[in-house]
Amino acid sequence: MSWLLAAPIILPLITAVLAYLARTRPLAGRIGVAGSVLHLAVAGVLMGVALDRGVVVAQIGSWPAPFGITLVADILSAVMVVITAITGLATAVYALADVGPRENRLGFHALLQVLLAGVSGAFVTGDLFNLYVWFEVMLIASFALLVLGGQKAQIDGAVKYVALNLVSTVLFLTGVGLLYGMTGTLNMADLAVTLRAAENPGLVTLVAMLFMVAFGMKAALFPLFFWLPASYHTPAFAVSAVFAGLLTKVGVYALIRTFTLIFTEDQPFTHTFLLWVACLTMAVGVIGAAAQADFRKILSFHIISQIGYMVLGLALMTPLALTGAVFYLVHHIIVKANLFLVSGVAQKIAGDTALDRIGGLYRTAPLLALLFLVPAFSLAGFPPLSGFWAKYVLVKASLDLGAWLVAGVALAVGLLTIYSMTKIWGEAFWKPHPEGRDPRLSALSPAARRALLGPIAALAVLTCVIGFFPQPFVALAERASAQLLDPSAYVAAVLGPEAGARFHRAPEAAAAATGAEAATGAEAAP
Amino acid sequence: MNSVILTAGTRVLVALLVLFSVFMLLRGHNEPGGGFIGGLIGATGFVIYAIACGTDAARAALRAAPETVAAAGLGIAILGALMAAITGQPFFTGQWLFLGAGEDGDKGLPLSSVLVFDVGVYLVVFGAILTLVFALEEEI
Repeated sequence: MSWLLAAPIILPLITAVLAYLARTRPLAGRIGVAGSVLHLAVAGVLMGVALDRGVVVAQIGSWPAPFGITLVADILSAVMVVITAITGLATAVYALADVGPRENRLGFHALLQVLLAGVSGAFVTGDLFNLYVWFEVMLIASFALLVLGGQKAQIDGAVKYVALNLVSTVLFLTGVGLLYGMTGTLNMADLAVTLRAAENPGLVTLVAMLFMVAFGMKAALFPLFFWLPASYHTPAFAVSAVFAGLLTKVGVYALIRTFTLIFTEDQPFTHTFLLWVACLTMAVGVIGAAAQADFRKILSFHIISQIGYMVLGLALMTPLALTGAVFYLVHHIIVKANLFLVSGVAQKIAGDTALDRIGGLYRTAPLLALLFLVPAFSLAGFPPLSGFWAKYVLVKASLDLGAWLVAGVALAVGLLTIYSMTKIWGEAFWKPHPEGRDPRLSALSPAARRALLGPIAALAVLTCVIGFFPQPFVALAERASAQLLDPSAYVAAVLGPEAGARFHRAPEAAAAATGAEAATGAEAAP
Repeated sequence: MNSVILTAGTRVLVALLVLFSVFMLLRGHNEPGGGFIGGLIGATGFVIYAIACGTDAARAALRAAPETVAAAGLGIAILGALMAAITGQPFFTGQWLFLGAGEDGDKGLPLSSVLVFDVGVYLVVFGAILTLVFALEEEI
């Protein structure tokens, strides 16, 4: 088992080494693609085993939990690893045509693989400090990828990106230090057990807020999202696709993991706070997008508003809401990465990403228009595409709770999303090109066309499949959310069945204890 | 930098630092030291050489590009972690070989996959630091 869990981390690292050693030749890109195919294969096997057993656990280096580093994959983790591998493969293929020899020589393909290793590691780790390490791996790789082009705008974006992410990292580390001081453990399952009996619940809530701010910054939640639109429109398109699809979602995943497993004691405070933050994130993101006039900047602001939906699912904390959050994560990664890939093709054939400087794509490149339409409509939540089901589940979850305001915000944000998608559509696709150019896909070489449009088409097909046959995907998300709401299987898998049983019984035992106390108090009174 | 004292001192210092870094790497398992600190010390030797004689001379003395050294180090570290597969144990489990171990409690020469991993870490740190420093030196 341990090898299966470690493989999604080792394989990209090995690929990175090979790709780096071959960095002066075009071979590096092909090594990256081959490595990504293998990554997807092991992710698929991991998914199968996780579905079969519920939770897969490995103790690295044979050090037993909670002393060593534990790798854990429950259904959510396995789903995230698979989706990482899919995005990674799409990006690796796209990069064959998007990345020039200069970036290749600087190690683009190797850095991309290191980034994927970091993302996979963050999804399968069961240890908070190890999660920090994977965050650092991602930060280093993504910083290098951001500045690879060496342009002024890229350095400018990268400085903002790194500065804010370092603040988040410091907060994360502070929280980790405080938790370790309080409990003497950083194993997530062990923390879940220990914090139930914490002596000082106030301090636990304080630490929970530190983590919320740290992960919220990584996830680009309101009001800490400024770094995202400042940097995501600058790097190579393949890079911005993988950033847009995966990086902020690691923050969302970390929020979901910690606030369903570890910090669940003070839900009236923490989750209500998350609810407000989620609503503001949705609203501010979509309003920010409405004010932009650049293909990638509009998409960047939409990432923020969509993050709000996922956190909304976590904040409501009902089975249906968490199902929605997981479904939303999967849908969003595919759609958002795809939209960034489309923007790259639009830039290549029409010359720019500023919407007032391009146009005419619908008339001369109808295939690209179609490939844009699928993810764009899905993002806006048109039935029957994947985004419709994701939004439907979340809105239904909030209506079930009687949270009318929240449901209203979610629906209004969906409407405004359509507004910005129509803006891109009208400007980039319908209006004639301002310089009278005819942007045609045939301007690209056949090899480039295959490498650029292949991944876009594949992701669009995936969006349609999720949209037309949502049942198995919703069922999968339901299983994941059931595991999140009752982590006793997770705890049992990591710490042994005994701890799992104790964890499961703990609330009732506590209730029984208070009951007994009340009874003795009643006896003593007369 | 054009300084006779530094250039003359460098000859002794570089050899000493690189030798000391290997010593630190090897004693790292049970005592303070290890791949990370060893790599830092080893890199210091070449940094001094680059300051005294210029980065071109330092690059020539290093032979391989520092980026390549770092990438190879990552590969060696992964290899060390993968060695547990030989005995079918979980990923990263340390594998030990006691060369010439006697029955009287003499452990002989202990060789381990942990050392392979540490050598990888050494090379990663060594290569990464030199990549940064050379780039900065050449910028100035």
